[in-house]
Amino acid sequence: MGFDQSYSARKFKSVGTRPLRPDGVDKVTGRARYGADFNMPGQLVGRVLRSPHAHARIRGIDTSKAEALKGVKAVITAADLPDHTEGDSELYNILDNCMARSKAFYDGHAVAAVAAVDAATARKALKLIEVDYEVLPHVTDVDEAMKPGAPQLHESSNMANRSEYGHGDVDAGFNQAEVIVERTYKTEQTHQGYIEPHACVASVNGDGTGDLWVCTQGHFVYRQVCASLLGMDVSKLRVTSSEIGGGFGGKTHVWAEPVALALSRKAGRPVKLVMTRDEVFRASGPTSATSIDVKIGATREGKITAASATLRYTCGPYVGMWAELGAMTAFAPYDLENVKTVGFEVLVNRPKVAAYRAPSAPMAAFAVESAVDELARKIGMDPVEFRIANVASEGTKSSYGPVYGPIGIGPTLEAVRDHPHMKAPLGENQGRGMACGFWFNFGGQTCTDLNIGADGTVTIAVGTVDVGGSRASLSLVAAEELGIPYEQVKAVVADTSTLGYNDMTDGSRGTFSSSMATISAARNAITVMRERAAQMWDIPVGDVVWEEGHAKAKGEKHGNLPPLSVKEIAEKAGNTGGPIAGHSEIVADGAGVSFATHICDIEVDPQTGATRVVRYTVVQDAGKAVHPTYVEGQYQGGAAQGIGWALNEEYIYGKDGRLQNPGFLDYRIPVCSDLPMIDTQILEIPNPNHPYGIRGVGETSIVPPLAAIANAVSNAVGVRMTHIPMSPPRILASLEAEKGA
Amino acid sequence: MSGIAVSTTINGDDVEFLCQAEETLLDVLRDRLGLTGAKEGCGTGDCGACSVIVDGRLVCSCLVLGAEAEGRSIETIEGMADGEKLHPLQEKFLEHAALQCGVCTPGFLMAAKDLLTRNPDPTEEEIRFALAGNLCRCTGYDKIVRAVQDAATVMKGA
Amino acid sequence: MQYTRPTSVNDAVSLLAEAKGTAVVLAGGSDLLVRMKGGFVEPDLIVDIKSIDGIGEIRQTADGFAIGAAVPCAVMGEDEALKNAWPGVVEAANLIGSKQVQGRCTVTGNLCNASPAADSVPALVAAGARAAIAGPGGNRTVPVEEIPTAPGKTSLAKGEIIEAILLDKRAPRSGDAYLRFIPRTEMDIAVVSAGVNLTLDEQGVVTAARVALGAAAPTVLLVAQAAEALIGTAADEDALEKLAAACSAACKPIDDKRGTVEFRKKVAGVLARRAAMIAYKRAGGK
Repeated sequence: MGFDQSYSARKFKSVGTRPLRPDGVDKVTGRARYGADFNMPGQLVGRVLRSPHAHARIRGIDTSKAEALKGVKAVITAADLPDHTEGDSELYNILDNCMARSKAFYDGHAVAAVAAVDAATARKALKLIEVDYEVLPHVTDVDEAMKPGAPQLHESSNMANRSEYGHGDVDAGFNQAEVIVERTYKTEQTHQGYIEPHACVASVNGDGTGDLWVCTQGHFVYRQVCASLLGMDVSKLRVTSSEIGGGFGGKTHVWAEPVALALSRKAGRPVKLVMTRDEVFRASGPTSATSIDVKIGATREGKITAASATLRYTCGPYVGMWAELGAMTAFAPYDLENVKTVGFEVLVNRPKVAAYRAPSAPMAAFAVESAVDELARKIGMDPVEFRIANVASEGTKSSYGPVYGPIGIGPTLEAVRDHPHMKAPLGENQGRGMACGFWFNFGGQTCTDLNIGADGTVTIAVGTVDVGGSRASLSLVAAEELGIPYEQVKAVVADTSTLGYNDMTDGSRGTFSSSMATISAARNAITVMRERAAQMWDIPVGDVVWEEGHAKAKGEKHGNLPPLSVKEIAEKAGNTGGPIAGHSEIVADGAGVSFATHICDIEVDPQTGATRVVRYTVVQDAGKAVHPTYVEGQYQGGAAQGIGWALNEEYIYGKDGRLQNPGFLDYRIPVCSDLPMIDTQILEIPNPNHPYGIRGVGETSIVPPLAAIANAVSNAVGVRMTHIPMSPPRILASLEAEKGA
Repeated sequence: MSGIAVSTTINGDDVEFLCQAEETLLDVLRDRLGLTGAKEGCGTGDCGACSVIVDGRLVCSCLVLGAEAEGRSIETIEGMADGEKLHPLQEKFLEHAALQCGVCTPGFLMAAKDLLTRNPDPTEEEIRFALAGNLCRCTGYDKIVRAVQDAATVMKGA
Repeated sequence: MQYTRPTSVNDAVSLLAEAKGTAVVLAGGSDLLVRMKGGFVEPDLIVDIKSIDGIGEIRQTADGFAIGAAVPCAVMGEDEALKNAWPGVVEAANLIGSKQVQGRCTVTGNLCNASPAADSVPALVAAGARAAIAGPGGNRTVPVEEIPTAPGKTSLAKGEIIEAILLDKRAPRSGDAYLRFIPRTEMDIAVVSAGVNLTLDEQGVVTAARVALGAAAPTVLLVAQAAEALIGTAADEDALEKLAAACSAACKPIDDKRGTVEFRKKVAGVLARRAAMIAYKRAGGK
């Protein structure tokens, strides 16, 4: 259906206000149900046996003793998940990751699973499973894995993919440069660190139908993947998304859900499977560890003449698109004549890499924005002014190909330049840094139903999981479009059997795409309500307009007809054609790209390398902030995650290839006392491809912090930091090395 | 194996249950008593999502055995509101958008309640250190700290 | 697995002494339950000592303080007399874990867990604390540094439990302090730590000192050379420099997920120096 998604300026009534979220009371009273809060009658406890080896051939698995244990109802291995992937290598990799088929590729790789009557029995059963491993040499470091002679995961090279982006002639550009900065940077692997571990309850019946209750960012995608892996019909598996206790990309991939379904199928009973925190770290969702070379050249006047980067990203045992995303995003904020990026996807004996908030962009931005800062300093220019002198704007051909429409990078830089934070004095041992960040934002397939109740209240059923308050923002959008109060709208996330397909809540698409579908559904509902009003008045529908939440008859001849409210129309629906609803199925194209610039002040204890975040400011373009408080929350949350990544979070592997810190004790995410208040400034540069100008806001805020903090620390201590996280031992070692040099 | 019979008080109600020796108070609350407000984020006392108050002390219920509840008085998130009237902390968490995903929220509310009981007028720093045992990955803590500050102001005035 | 709750020390000792299989003592549980969760220990018998009369109390005696084995660290922080006498011990005890953990964890448990990185242990060792032990063979009292013998191992015999940690009455012009290094501001295990306890004469000259380091060796280190560097001085720059150097030299740390050998050596000296300055001030030195 023709839906005009183009932006037109308007005065908003609901959008831009800050009402309470509809799921709020349940969440402050403990009533909200998350993945592990759901139970089914007769359910069993599922547990997974995981490889203790970083790399090992599985010669055999003897499950007989476990099967013989009283209370054990099913034991499965890869043999119970036969290959239905029909040559789809991406799907095959998911299958292999869910349950190792011939080799265990990392410490934590699933090799078998049990379902038993209780947790103690399940735990006992795992110990009775005998796996015959042939331990193989392993490699966990990105640079080591690329060396000739490195242990190889698969038959082909560890360099699983090469991608290249850019335009112009970088060699010629570097020849024109008067000043060049060239460095290699490294970042360690981090985890999304959602507080809720993966959890699901699976129930598969003998007739090939099933139910899955699960915490996920995309229940429709989980349905498709799980059904494909189990050889089920997609429509016979109903997936219900629970409240989700954080995802940040980590819950866009299936992990143990197919295992739970397979256990349930074999046991003939529902199976609840909840990962332990240890399993979450060892076997789900980390980012890439990276090693990145950057070279940027400029004239003494401050014009960048050429920029290049080679980006090496680990992907775990299976090829992804991680290095490619890094190569695409690296130089996105700049208007460059000559630019080239090459990405290498590197296989290592670590868990399969998963999306993490603006996946791959923070590491690339760390490398590039560090080099940009250093270059500005070399030239003697203010780092903000240097960036402004080279910034991308509407019409710029981006470093990854497309030509930009209206974008917010220039305005965020100008806002930062003028921000009081930039002028505030610094204390002893303190340094200030700033950096830019970019994320594409996604749109994609979206389906929304809008149903009008008999009393004129409205339910919107959406298919994008609410990870940060989207039920509130989508209710605001529905209220705006219909012209009714926010309180009259209730948004719910529908299950896979009651709504058409939706892509995941990823790529900052939840509010962008579902708001577009909601507007479309609301317009369809308005069309129906105009028709009903016309019937009620017995006038041509062409004479009925929709204004301020009412059907109004236009023209002097209808001047005596009082406007009809939603309620008045809905009350008569039984006599005018039945229930009133608006539906929408769209591909939400045109997600506007997003830019941010951050400022931070860091204090460093020169004797211990300890750091303290003194002040932090986020400036980001939201297109249009539907619920400004929740937009601020996204800015602050992303910044906090980036701060953790920059300073302390990292996967630490031993020489044996085992993860040394699979818990919140030694995988150190920021605690409340680590952070200051995080100031935010929302800019609104409307997205031309959304009726309200909305852009995604969820991800970009994690992109600049690594670089902003590295720049601040480098300024505080006078030594350029090139390895993330800048943990105290690393900072102190850099200082000692500088002293020795 | 027979269970251990435990008599305790939860949110003012007398409660009796049977549990095994190795079961934690968190296991008992969630799996035996249907009180799923306390969450298991780590099971090792590092995230605070399972925080409850036992005999006036804030604890991680994952680090308490169910059997230890004998004769104690336990407060959980389910007992925080008075009927449909929310506790000022609950109201302020909503108002300030101090939650996004909300899975850490019950633990934060219990910890904040404990703080304000002991220190009705905390500084920002005192709030931050008192809540350091509760991990939140969504908010960056800014709005949580503001909600606690605001609730403290309201409660002092009450 | 059995759970039992004796009401006397004798009963607890008999239960532990006669237990078949693995028997463990439960006070705060903040280490035990984590180890059970990780499958590192699967006890056959859990002996919860919290119902033993008086074991959850801090007693002030003519000789000093007796901190019962089941006293949560939070309670130590609320005891003004203890805090005034031994601020370093109390601040060390109050650094363990979060508020939630504080409500449960005990210094006796911290000692018996025998982690080289235990926060309260260097402060207790610097303070010259002793452990009052009850066992099947009778009672004995030993310096706390004799309890941990290696990471995870103690000198306690089967059936023995620590009833209380004993701290001496304070001599005039005494002060103690404890500092640890952690990457975050809370919730971490010490990467390296230092406890300093000293006594001054009326002129502000150090007459007695004990300096202990944590996470610097398999068990807590009592660094005699560091103490000697302070004694006879007014904790001046030169003395502090010597103390720091002695601490760095005494360290025998390892590289692990929390820090490197070089980092621990360097920072041990930095922390010992800073702790000595705080202790000196607390003792009334200027």
